[in-house]
Amino acid sequence: MEKLATQSRIRRIRRIRRIRRILTRGFCQIRNPQSAIRNFVNPLLFWFFAAMMLAFGVSVVLNRNPVASALSLVVSFLCLAALYVGLDAYFIGAIQVIVYAGAVMVLFLFIIMLLDLGAEQRRKFNKVALVGGSAVALGFAAQLVGVLGKFPMGNKPFPELKLPPGESLNDLQHVGETLFSAHTLPFQVIGVLILVATIGVIVISKRELK
Amino acid sequence: MISLLASIPWEMLIWSLAKAVFVIFLVVLPLVSYTVYAERRVSAAIQDRVGPNRTGFPTSLLGFKKDLQLFLGGLGQPVADALKFILKEDFTPGGVKQFYFWLAPCLAMLPLVSLAFIPFGSSFLGEKMVIADVNVSVLGVFAVTGCGVYAIVLAGWASNSKYPFLGGIRSSSQMIAYELSMGLSIIPVLMLFGGMKLSDLVQYQADNGWLLLPLWGGGLSAERWLMLLPLAISFIVFTISVFAETNRLPFDMPESETELVAGYHTEYSSMKFALFFLGEYAAMIVGSSLIVVFFFGGWSLPFIPDGQGHAAAFFQNIFGDFYALLPDWLWGIANITVFFGKVALVLVFFIWVRWTLPRFRFDQLMKIGWLYLFEIALVNIFLTAAILAFTK
Repeated sequence: MEKLATQSRIRRIRRIRRIRRILTRGFCQIRNPQSAIRNFVNPLLFWFFAAMMLAFGVSVVLNRNPVASALSLVVSFLCLAALYVGLDAYFIGAIQVIVYAGAVMVLFLFIIMLLDLGAEQRRKFNKVALVGGSAVALGFAAQLVGVLGKFPMGNKPFPELKLPPGESLNDLQHVGETLFSAHTLPFQVIGVLILVATIGVIVISKRELK
Repeated sequence: MISLLASIPWEMLIWSLAKAVFVIFLVVLPLVSYTVYAERRVSAAIQDRVGPNRTGFPTSLLGFKKDLQLFLGGLGQPVADALKFILKEDFTPGGVKQFYFWLAPCLAMLPLVSLAFIPFGSSFLGEKMVIADVNVSVLGVFAVTGCGVYAIVLAGWASNSKYPFLGGIRSSSQMIAYELSMGLSIIPVLMLFGGMKLSDLVQYQADNGWLLLPLWGGGLSAERWLMLLPLAISFIVFTISVFAETNRLPFDMPESETELVAGYHTEYSSMKFALFFLGEYAAMIVGSSLIVVFFFGGWSLPFIPDGQGHAAAFFQNIFGDFYALLPDWLWGIANITVFFGKVALVLVFFIWVRWTLPRFRFDQLMKIGWLYLFEIALVNIFLTAAILAFTK
């Protein structure tokens, strides 16, 4: 009898440990020595924002109203930014909000509002496309699960990255230094590319060239 | 569980919460309502009127002969305004998109979020007076202001009516245009300082002279005095962009009364309208605090030490004994007061401009944004780079 009780206790402890492992997995920890809060709150926030991101990502597809879709995409982007912040990558998080939520999606929304909204909502479901599309998506998901399940790195926790004491992660400086020393040429090529794209847009949008 | 609770740094959490509550509820929201009051009084003074100067308790309603005058002048006016907004009928026109019609005024209060990144004091009882002290706080502020356009666009669209829609469209093109020059105009400051942490930027100005007033410490170098030219240009461009971003006259296209009734909030009434109103003034306060933090030394005043009782070396030598007389936390409070005092001065400047200048036409506004401010800000960056390369 006593043996059974011990066994069940051991089982329970194992279960708790497993749950804790699952909760903390999938989250690489760049630990700042000053903040003990990360151990506990970070995984919670990670799962919260990841779930929100996925939920709003699904709602982008499911909503018939284009404005609702666009706004769902904005929330999804904001949640992604929150995930970046959780990884101590403040710079990428801020850029994510500025570029996607602040600029790209505003233009999207702007154009959607100027177009006719009713057409998309009135359209009926095409049953053949619905069945075919979900079959393809399911097949792709099954493949993804199959490949990722065999991927050995997924079972190991990510090694903890520790900063030297008293130093904070200055991601801004790291990004800048890498961009302007190791990747100067690609950076400049991208600059030229964007310039060409800008000029192209102006040329196309001008009805008649003088 | 207990070890879990113990591992959470409660001190940090409580400090952050206390700072957020202090800034938003005790300082900025009252500041918003009294900015509205100041707007009325200043406009009255400029137009040679009296303005609201006698709000008291309406005891005459109860049968007394006179209203009870407890406040100096009309300082009770904001309270009466708030009561009016809450008690008015909340009318929702037919044919609006309900969900977005409600969502837009909520989003209008978004500018308050960017206050988290702004250092409003040096330190108080050893705690830094900034809510989120991250190393990219400049970008954080721009990220939040970039999302501010959603409230106006959604309000214009959800109202399902012509004038609000036109107002929304105008506002989004205006805000996108001026966001660019706003972001670019601040780059010379970041180049000189070499970082994006606002609290460090203010500390640097406290030690080495304000960016536009380099009179002590490291500010007395040739580099800083040469930099005055690009910094003055970036200050002017930034201030104009802030006017446009906050939809203030002379750039209040989204709600120009003579053309669009009231622009994007034509269909809103009661508290929903009040939220737009408050959001606009909150954005003004954020803009003024940015101007103060970037160019006028944030919480620093040359002869007042920071929250640890240290001033710039020059003043420390003269007044050092006097600084030690008073406790450090008192200096911390003095710094917070100085910061909000400076913000209030910039706000008065905002109001003054509104009642002095006429409105631009919309095409003129776009022309100023895209053809002048944007290019000036770009050239200014090259000028700064040249000066920095020359002096370093």
